[in-house]
Parts: sequence; C-alpha cells; structure tokens
Amino acid sequence: MITVRNYVKPATVEEAYELNQKRANRVIGGMMWVRMSKGNVGTLIDLSGLGMDKIVEEEEQFRIGCMCTLRQLEQHEGLNSAFAGVFEECTRHIVGVQFRNGATVGGSVFGRFGFSDILTALLALDTSVKLYKRGIVPLAEFVEMERDRDILEEIIVRKDKRRAVYFSERMSSTDFPILACAVSEKDRVYRVSIGARPMRASCIEGTEEEMKDAYRRFSYGSNMRGSSEYREHLAEVLIRRAINALKERDA
Amino acid sequence: MELRFELNGKPVTAEIEAGELLFDVLRRLGCYSVKCGCETTNCGLCTVWVDGKPMLSCSVPAARMENHAVTTMEGLQEEAARFGAFLAKEGAEQCGFCSPGFIMNVLAMEKELCRDGRIPEKEEIREYLAGNLCRCTGYVGQMRAVEKYLRESRG
Repeated sequence: MITVRNYVKPATVEEAYELNQKRANRVIGGMMWVRMSKGNVGTLIDLSGLGMDKIVEEEEQFRIGCMCTLRQLEQHEGLNSAFAGVFEECTRHIVGVQFRNGATVGGSVFGRFGFSDILTALLALDTSVKLYKRGIVPLAEFVEMERDRDILEEIIVRKDKRRAVYFSERMSSTDFPILACAVSEKDRVYRVSIGARPMRASCIEGTEEEMKDAYRRFSYGSNMRGSSEYREHLAEVLIRRAINALKERDA
Repeated sequence: MELRFELNGKPVTAEIEAGELLFDVLRRLGCYSVKCGCETTNCGLCTVWVDGKPMLSCSVPAARMENHAVTTMEGLQEEAARFGAFLAKEGAEQCGFCSPGFIMNVLAMEKELCRDGRIPEKEEIREYLAGNLCRCTGYVGQMRAVEKYLRESRG
C-alpha cells in the first residue's frame, strides 16, 4: 500500500516534469500497479488533465497518447486495420474489460514490465517513444535505458506497411503470459519480439532463414508460471507459428 | 481535499484524502454494493461505471473523478433486479459475494455490445466478462442467465 501526501493534476507537461524531478513524487497512469506498490509518495502526479488520451492517425504514423487506455488500443479501428488486429490480440487477454478501461499504454511502456504484452507487440513494429526532455527515442533503445524522471508523452508507431502477428501462451485466459511473441515482416526481413521470458521484451531482426533458430538468441528465466526450458520451447513454437501465419496471409 | 462529482445521477461533494481510491470513497458514501475482493486489481468485484464505462474502483484515484459521473449498483436498482432474477432462476449464485461486480459488468456489456438489438456470441460474452471472478462456480449458470436475459430483453 502507498501513502500519499498531495495530489496534483498538472496543467502543462512542463509542470508535470518539474514535479517529477523530486524523488518522493510519482507519476500515475491508470494506477493499476502503483496501488499495489509500497511506500510514501510526496505528490501523486496525475497526467489525466493534459489531453494525452487520444490516438491520432496521421499519414505516416499513429501517435498514441500516454494516457490512452489499453481498451482504446484494443478497439481502435485504424490501428487494428493497419496491423491486422495485433493491438486487439495483444490486449484482449489482459485481466478484463474493466482493467483495460483503466490501465494506460504509457504505464505499460514506461514501466517496461517483464510480463508486458503491449511492450512485446510494440517492439515488433517500427515504434518510438516521445519523451518530454529527451525527445524521440526508438522503443528498442528506450527499453534498455535506465528508468529516469522524464515524462513519456506519446508512443509513435510508423505506418510502414509492415505486417504483424501476435501470439501468447497463458495458463488461463486472463493470467500474465508465460511467453509473449510478436513477429512482423517487411521486405522479407522479419522482426521477432519475445516478452514475458519472464523479463522485459527484446527483439531481433533477420531473414526467414536466420529466424529458424531465433528462439536460441533470447535468454529465458524460470518462475512459478514456467521454467526457462519450457519458455525456450514455447518461443520456438510461437515464432514458427507466427512466421507461418504471415506467410499464409501472402498465399 | 474536496471532490465534486456525480454519483448515481446526483451531484455529490466529499472530503477525500489525496491518495484515496474511488472504492473507499464510495463505501464511505454508503455504496455498500461496491466491494474489494482481491487486493490485486483482478477480481472485478469493485466494478463501477465511470462516465458509463466499467472500471475497477479499487484502482481509480478518487481525486481523478472531479466532474465525472460514477454509477454503482445503488443507482441501477431496477436493471440489477431484472438481471438478478435471471441469475436466481438459473441457480447461478452460490455465496453471491461476486454478484454486484458481475451484474455491473453484464449491464455494461449489454450497453456496449447489444446495440441495434444485436446479441453477442457466447465467446464474446465470455471475453467481456472474463474479468469477473467467481470462486464458487464454473460460470455455467451465469452464462445461462446472461444468454437468457439478453435474448428476452432483446426480444
């Protein structure tokens, strides 16, 4: 449980950024996970007053505001038709509709959680994040960065005609994934992203031939949901299924 | 701090703590249908509507509700009783503890998926209601009740 002294809904991103420079303060997205953490919070910084809860489709990209909910991703027609339902598939197994109406994309991405379906799917696409001070950073780079006190404003997904598919394996339908797998293809180059290993997602690229043993190029760990050996086996199967699914779409 | 919002159609002003969750404020305001069943943001028992959308009140910062409309089962007595009769008729409830959250989500689903007289497929219903856990049953009775309720109310 957390104890909170003040609550502020900043009127500008600058104000949110300034408040967030104090270690005792904390930004909240949907507050789904923050409520389960422990400690004292000086000021809870609520970004919900900044209009960052929209998905904007532009000619070359989608701009997803950090306060968009997972349900918005799941239901957005433009995103789902551009990427063949990947956003619906990577969200619909997460807890329940009520949870997805609260949880935010920014919270999922900034948290860089080891169980994240969203991060896994976004990494397989040409995705960048827009940080208030640092500017635009490719998501693959952001995932590896140390967590700092910048403000994640939006997630940018390029419409590069990449085709993508998403699979996950779960013990029961709304549980965390045992393993998550997203694969995309553009100009015969495949990008494979594996998450819930159970560590934060990462991705690799290569030709179909090079992707045959792609599962060996990721590291895996064990937890109550599965052993590292089981996860490696799942990765081999899911990557193969994903590549086959993309090829079947061609046929 | 002072919070002004709409609760079950009526304007309400409440004194809240900075980090208080909507769930606690609603209980304090007498909405005892809203319960916390899991403490892990998972069970769906604390489901309320915020601006008409089902949400987990255990994870919504109360302060964020300023100028928003919150609906609990206390504000949907008639609708809840109508669907509740189907649950009872099918013998779907055992202890009944999870029913308020479940009923709130069934009514939200009806609003969202049953536009223009459409009745959702079984799989769609299961997926929409997957975030409501019941530890007594296997959801078979509830599914019967939901399907019969939707068929009868959609005519």
